[in-house]
This record gives sequence, structure tokens and C-alpha cells, in this order.
Amino acid sequence: MKENLYKYILGIADNSLILGQQLGALTGHGPSLETDIACTNISLDLFGQVRSYYQYAAKIKGEGATEDSIAFLRTERKYLNVLLVEQPDTDFAYTIGRQFLFDVYHFLFLNELQKSHDVTLSAIAKKSIKEVSYHQRFSSDWVKRLGDGTEESKLRMQNAISDLWTYTDELFHQTEADKAMVEEQIAVDVTTLKDKYYETVNAILTEATLEIPESKWFQKGGKKGIHTEYLGYILSDMQYMQRAYPNMEW
Amino acid sequence: MKKNWPLWEVFVRSKNGLEHRHFGSLHAADEQMALENARDVYTRRSEGVSIWVVESKHITASNPENNGELFEPAHDKVYRHPTFYDLPDEVKHM
Repeated sequence: MKENLYKYILGIADNSLILGQQLGALTGHGPSLETDIACTNISLDLFGQVRSYYQYAAKIKGEGATEDSIAFLRTERKYLNVLLVEQPDTDFAYTIGRQFLFDVYHFLFLNELQKSHDVTLSAIAKKSIKEVSYHQRFSSDWVKRLGDGTEESKLRMQNAISDLWTYTDELFHQTEADKAMVEEQIAVDVTTLKDKYYETVNAILTEATLEIPESKWFQKGGKKGIHTEYLGYILSDMQYMQRAYPNMEW
Repeated sequence: MKKNWPLWEVFVRSKNGLEHRHFGSLHAADEQMALENARDVYTRRSEGVSIWVVESKHITASNPENNGELFEPAHDKVYRHPTFYDLPDEVKHM
């Protein structure tokens, strides 16, 4: 089995899975019918992407692995998503802030992944980038609306950005598997995306009349399977059916 | 929050359609948000290729109480329907 490629794919796909699960859990709880549907749509886009990645990963893993076993039957330490996507929906501003800080990265990432020498990954990136382009538009738009909105919305948006900021640097970390894949021109060298990322994020925060956080201290660990306390709760919700009724199908 | 947002009417032109049709309404703070909300609410099953939104207050509607004088006089004038001659095949979209 191509261990590095397998891990590399999980590193990409787990971000979308956990973020998709978070947004999906909000269904019916959005601040308005319209934003509720928008969040659910984004969730479904992400799950669609996840399925393509996991189907590919299952093929590489063999041993009877399926997209479902990869999604539902791993333990917490085996998930390789960044810490950012597992942060909770404290309020709508946090949901939007998390989405925005991830979307900007996701778009830059997929843009480069299209050039991957791995044809499957390149094809998934080409298919996904239009969806993610819209996600970024949606979340950026809301950052601006809330930031440049009322006193209350500005305060909440600022709190969300300031709190989540500490999870942004990890997006540009590389694991050993990532580095090996970059060597083979399969992976995106995420370190090269960092400047453009902060440039884009800062421009939108400025337009939203928000302060750009100055903190230079960043959290990390997700890419190595060391997570914040929130992931366990997300997984227990998400995995419940498969754990309680193994191999059940709808 | 939502109760402060104005109501918008959404018109979508579907893939095979030639004109925009009324699809429904939604709430949004401004025209940009109305367009994006319309995209999410009404075109998620790939129904459309073009969207128009207009704030509902800009629509002037006829009064149902006047339906008698407005519409009933047309009921007995069947000759106004183009059903008394054959349409050539070359004429499309009638």
C-alpha cells in the first residue's frame, strides 16, 4: 500500500468531512431559512468531495476498506484534519469565521492541487474548485456584513476571528507524508500558499472593518492526529449509527 | 434579525426555458444577498441558468376585488385565442 499517498488523501479529505459534519449538524438551526439552506448546501458540497477522496483512499488501502469504513470507523487519533475545522459553533459568527478562514485556504489549495501529477486528485480538485469558490464568496460576504454591521455583530465577528486565528498557521504545516508527496509532485507544497492566504484574509478583514489579530502564537496537532477536545464529541455523533448497528445501511 | 429583512421575489430562467418565471420569495438584507440566497434556496437542484430578484414592494399588483371588471369580460371572447388556424412548423416558441 502507498502509505504516504493514503495519509496525504486523508489529510485533505478529513478537513472536508469534519467541516461538513459541523455544518450538517446546524441544519434547522440557522439564523434564517436562507442561511440555513446555504450552510447545508456547503455541507453537501464538502461531503461530495469527501466521497471522491475516500473512494480513492479505499482503493489504495485495499483490505476491504470502503469510503464508509474510512469515514466512520477510525478512532480520534487517526483523523488528520486541522484543528480549525473542529472548533465549535459558539455563535453564527464562529460558524462564519471558521468557514471563512478555511475557505480562503481551501480555494488556494485546490487551485494548486489541479496541477498534481496524480490524475485522480487533480480531477477531484478541478471538480471541487467551483464549489469552493462559492463557499469563499459566501463566507467572505458574511464576514464583511457582520464586521461592518451593528456594534453587536462587529464584536461577535471580531471575537470569532481573534479566537480562531490561532488555528490558521497549522494549515501551512507539512507532515512527513506531505513532504514525501511534494517530492513526487503529487502534493501541494502548502508552505507556498501562506503569504497569499494572509494577504487575502487580511484584505477582507480590513474591508470588514475588523482588526487583524496580532498573535504570533499558534496551535497545531490535528495533522498528526492530536486534536482538541471537540473532535471526540463530533465523532461520537457522527459515528453513532455505525458503532451501534455495525454495517447498517439506509 | 430576519423580521427586519425585506421580502424579495425570485425569478429564475431554467435551462430549457426562454423566460424568467416566478419561483417564490425569500428574505434578504439587500440585492446581493437576495441573489445569493436565491441561488441557495431555488437553484440547488440545478434548475436555473439565470436569476432575477426584485424587492416585493416594487411590484404593483392588481386588486383581487376588481377581478370581475378586469378579467371576466374576456371570458366570452374565445375568438381572441389563436386557435382558429394551423401554426406552421417553422414558428417556434408560441
